[in-house]
Amino acid sequence: MSRRGDDPKALPRDGRDLTGDALHERLSLTWCTQPGFWGWLTTVDHKLVGRRYIFTALVFLVLGGILALMMRVQLARPENGLISADRYNQIFSMHGTTMMFLFAVPVMEAMAVYIIPLMLGTRNIAFPRLNAFSYWVFLFGGIMIWVAFLFNVGPEAGWFSYVPLAGPQFSPGKRTDFWAQMITFTEVAALATSVELVATIMKQRAPGMSLNRMPLFAWGVLVTSLMVIFAMPAVMLSSSFLIADRLVGTQFYNPTEGGDALLWQHLFWFFGHPEVYIIFIPALGFVSQITETFTRRPVFGYAAMVLALVSIGILAFGLWVHHMFATGLPRLGYSFYTAASMMIALPSGVQIFCWIATMWAGRPRFTVPMLWVIGFIVTFVIGGLTGVMVASVPLDLQLHDTYFVVAHFHYVLIGGAVFPLLGAITFWFPKFSGRMMDETLGKLSFVIGFIGFHLTFFPMHFTGLMGMPRRVYTYPSDIGWNMLNMISSIGAFVFASALLLFMANAIVSYRKGLLSGSNPWEASSLEWAVPSPPPPYNFAHIPVVEGRTPLWDAGGTLSVVTGLRVEDRELLLTTAIDAEPDLREPSPLPTIWPLLSAIALTALFIGSIFNPWAIVWGAIPLALALIVWFWPKGPPEAEPVIE
Amino acid sequence: MRRPPLLIAALLLGGCSGEQSALDPAGVHSGAVLNLFGLFFWVCLIAFALVIGFLVIAMLQARRVDAARSERSEHDAIASRLLRGWIVFIIAGLLVLTLGSYFTDRNLALAAPDTGQSNRVPIRIKLTGQQWWWQVEYEDPNASQQIRTANELHLPVGVPVHIRLESIDVIHSFWVPNLAGKQDMIPGRHNDIELLPTRAGHYRSQCAEFCGLQHAHMALDVVIEPMADWLKWRAQSLQPAKAPATAEEKAGYAYFMEHQCSACHSIAGTPAFGTVGPDLTHFASRPSIGAGTVPNTRGHLEAWIADPQGMKEGNHMPYLAVPPDKLHALGAYLRSLS
Amino acid sequence: MTLPVHFTRDLSELPTHAFGTRSLTWWGVVGFMLIEGTGFALAIAAYFFLMSQEQLWPPSALPPKLLWGTLTLIVMMLSEIPNIWVKKAAEEHRLRDTRIGLVIMSIVVIPLLVLRGFEFANLNIGWDRNAYGSILWALLLLHTTHLLTDWVDTLVLAALMFTDHGSEGRRFVDVSENGLYWHFVVLSWIPLYVVIYWVPRMTQGGLIG
Repeated sequence: MSRRGDDPKALPRDGRDLTGDALHERLSLTWCTQPGFWGWLTTVDHKLVGRRYIFTALVFLVLGGILALMMRVQLARPENGLISADRYNQIFSMHGTTMMFLFAVPVMEAMAVYIIPLMLGTRNIAFPRLNAFSYWVFLFGGIMIWVAFLFNVGPEAGWFSYVPLAGPQFSPGKRTDFWAQMITFTEVAALATSVELVATIMKQRAPGMSLNRMPLFAWGVLVTSLMVIFAMPAVMLSSSFLIADRLVGTQFYNPTEGGDALLWQHLFWFFGHPEVYIIFIPALGFVSQITETFTRRPVFGYAAMVLALVSIGILAFGLWVHHMFATGLPRLGYSFYTAASMMIALPSGVQIFCWIATMWAGRPRFTVPMLWVIGFIVTFVIGGLTGVMVASVPLDLQLHDTYFVVAHFHYVLIGGAVFPLLGAITFWFPKFSGRMMDETLGKLSFVIGFIGFHLTFFPMHFTGLMGMPRRVYTYPSDIGWNMLNMISSIGAFVFASALLLFMANAIVSYRKGLLSGSNPWEASSLEWAVPSPPPPYNFAHIPVVEGRTPLWDAGGTLSVVTGLRVEDRELLLTTAIDAEPDLREPSPLPTIWPLLSAIALTALFIGSIFNPWAIVWGAIPLALALIVWFWPKGPPEAEPVIE
Repeated sequence: MRRPPLLIAALLLGGCSGEQSALDPAGVHSGAVLNLFGLFFWVCLIAFALVIGFLVIAMLQARRVDAARSERSEHDAIASRLLRGWIVFIIAGLLVLTLGSYFTDRNLALAAPDTGQSNRVPIRIKLTGQQWWWQVEYEDPNASQQIRTANELHLPVGVPVHIRLESIDVIHSFWVPNLAGKQDMIPGRHNDIELLPTRAGHYRSQCAEFCGLQHAHMALDVVIEPMADWLKWRAQSLQPAKAPATAEEKAGYAYFMEHQCSACHSIAGTPAFGTVGPDLTHFASRPSIGAGTVPNTRGHLEAWIADPQGMKEGNHMPYLAVPPDKLHALGAYLRSLS
Repeated sequence: MTLPVHFTRDLSELPTHAFGTRSLTWWGVVGFMLIEGTGFALAIAAYFFLMSQEQLWPPSALPPKLLWGTLTLIVMMLSEIPNIWVKKAAEEHRLRDTRIGLVIMSIVVIPLLVLRGFEFANLNIGWDRNAYGSILWALLLLHTTHLLTDWVDTLVLAALMFTDHGSEGRRFVDVSENGLYWHFVVLSWIPLYVVIYWVPRMTQGGLIG
């Protein structure tokens, strides 16, 4: 590492004189994470943090899935006594909570954390220590709620926890407090990664990668991150009000003292509707990257696609009242939300067209990721169309809070987000691990998964139309829902087995899969220019980009810039719109302080469930940890020196 | 794409009629909504068919050997024009659906009794949701014409009904799918819903907003009958409770009034006027016990009184340790209250 | 890299720090300002939502005492003078002025915290009395949190500028961005002040319009 007094001109930098193996050795030394447990605790490498983030989110997928299977076993037969009312209510609450807060949003962010710096041609994510911190906060929050659940103190008021049911009078004990505080954990984690991703995308793109040359996945992540920034404060606020009502006697939601149960609904859904698009938009990015690669051409209609992503992101904030059509708000107001909820079908429809048009005018190869894309198109379009149905107020008043809605949102969330995710994991698996997932097992997972999914959820459209409400732990045997429920339950196990097969494929392939090389799919974006898995520094020389499909445009050689220091962690900042080289930016070394700060924050959050003073006392170790984190370590930098 | 068409047909055919089904309208509102659903279904099906059609064509093109760049730009030019057409189709489709939705809403509002368009005086009911049962009050400016009951709605065919919805604890939702869409019952607010039954029958309603432990067992029996029958029911309901006749019934009556029962329940014409639990004045004619939890038979009734928590865990009727002989007496008395 | 490379520009001469949108941490600070600003906006929306449910506003209470909030507003606006000065000093790499400015800013927050204490004591309603009290305390508490965290930031930066690290270019960027954040703390007080202190006076005893 350089230090004050070193002559800046004499510091070693990458370039003609330092390239190839020699450069790789020097850069690896500078950028590597210490092996062993300490390295694991202190790493700030976005790839290592990203991988563990993805892995943890998938563990929560499995846990949430087990809960779903338990629900389906209980509902397979009417008047089933297998699971008690109380236990079932906790199970469905934990299922929704786990899937939405601990799996869906984190996994999308985690994929972005891993992929985006590589796709943009930079060496690390912006604010890498904050990134590590975000993971720990997410992990601790997830552990907290699951430990609570296993001790029978899990939430029981549903994943959106309506008041007054979730208030102090009707949900005594600490169950809802754990839920509300888990929200705080996961929102802090999500906000942190969103700020990092916006900064990375705006400032760390490779030279020449102007905004209109940025891959569509990066556009999706940019829109998503901005949505997180504007949506998550709503749920932070609402859950904090809830904790306050329960803990210190505020009256936000108490109708007898001027509060309002609908205040919760407005604040929650102002977050909750964008939330589902936060989950969905990165998946749209996956679909674009996969479609481009396996049709061997750029996605048709780049400008329309970007416009579609941006308009979905903006429109998503104007829809939330469609979750409240049954609450008795003025009819005139409802019309606005119906119109907006219908309108959002337009950009989605445009995108579907563009992907199919890409396939039509390209040379599609039906690899496993492409199969998941096709599965996505079929499934998501159905979900989108039932979404148009529930956007209509009179229709929604029959369909709201029934199994029809359960069908709708699983179609859009599983079809629209999980299918692309499975395709994306298969697609980027070689980059993560250096090996290919097994193609045959992959195809089998897709076929079984597709069938299992539809078997589970298609009947629910009928179940809902035939009158079965949501969130019931049992139902009478003489109404006519028995057969439909049995089919859904069987389907659930079929679908689960496909997911298990997929994960087994991933686990086995990680060790034994075919070696992939750097670009097994002959894809076009920059992450495929580096070895699989990438070295700790990502790019030995920062690449220069001249079009939307860098590796296809490059022909045989890749243009690069030179001159970044090698003994210190340094990456390149470019200008926000046109990506002209602008600054050389230092990147932090591994450190334990993000973990220690996360521990301090966890103590503060969990303590405040039991006593409001924990906020005051807990703030002290947290402040100390954050100060040490921020305080520059080691001697002053070699450059620049200001006299 | 992989769903066997026969399965759908079977489901559709078998599932259409039902006592708690939006697919079997027995009222003006649910009928209009089902028609609207039909419109949506067909428009959405066309959209879906177009997407799948284009997808299949695109996939089949995979067998073409080499998409030369010039051929690709030809395709792209065609695709650009198709995209414009697709956008127009989507906008047109959404417009049709939005207008359909708007007109359905407007027509239903016009059918509502309060606008004075209907030529029948509406029946006014106040429905109060509570964990986990329904208090039903038929309103009337004349106090002696008011009916109070629980967990059941009796309505005549062809008369508009105006229901005021309230809750005293958490959010519930009133929903009779055969008659109309749902409206929430929110504490601190009141909502209104209009119904206009067009066909007689026995239907079922179920709370449609998760309201706690026994949300799954918060149902309502809805009986729609011809006007003559309904008037008979109404006359009967306005009567105070039948006095106990047999010795067993009298013993049951005595036990009821002397013990905790009268603290929670009311029986018109007796000293029992508790309001915490359902009114029992005409309990025997009610189809079910515990808001649709079990049918109203002698066995179920005695089981309920003996162990209400065993029948519906968490409900607000405590375990009362009623001695077995008194149990039969109570059962007899309550079953006499028709 | 797995493809052969073609060298283009050499970037050794690029600077290692810059101010404003050129700075990476600027984007981070602005990101956090957007998050917190959205929180404020939603809390204010919640205030008006709760107000719309009432016939009388404030319900069963006097409005908060005007003096303390107004004093806070005045001191906040005055604090912008040293703030703008120190921000400029940092952007012009004037170490001595930066050090002085940071010490001044650290001291200036103290009377603000004292005034804030008086504000809380003179809200004329408890947080548990009714929803109006709850939202009032929430608004004030949200802003106080920002005041406190920026104060700690300023103290730490001030200490840092007196060490060897003080002469690194990057540290001047930190000071400039801390100044930016102070703008946010001051500007966000203006709508909050109006909502907390003036809206109840405009609706006193009934609702306007």
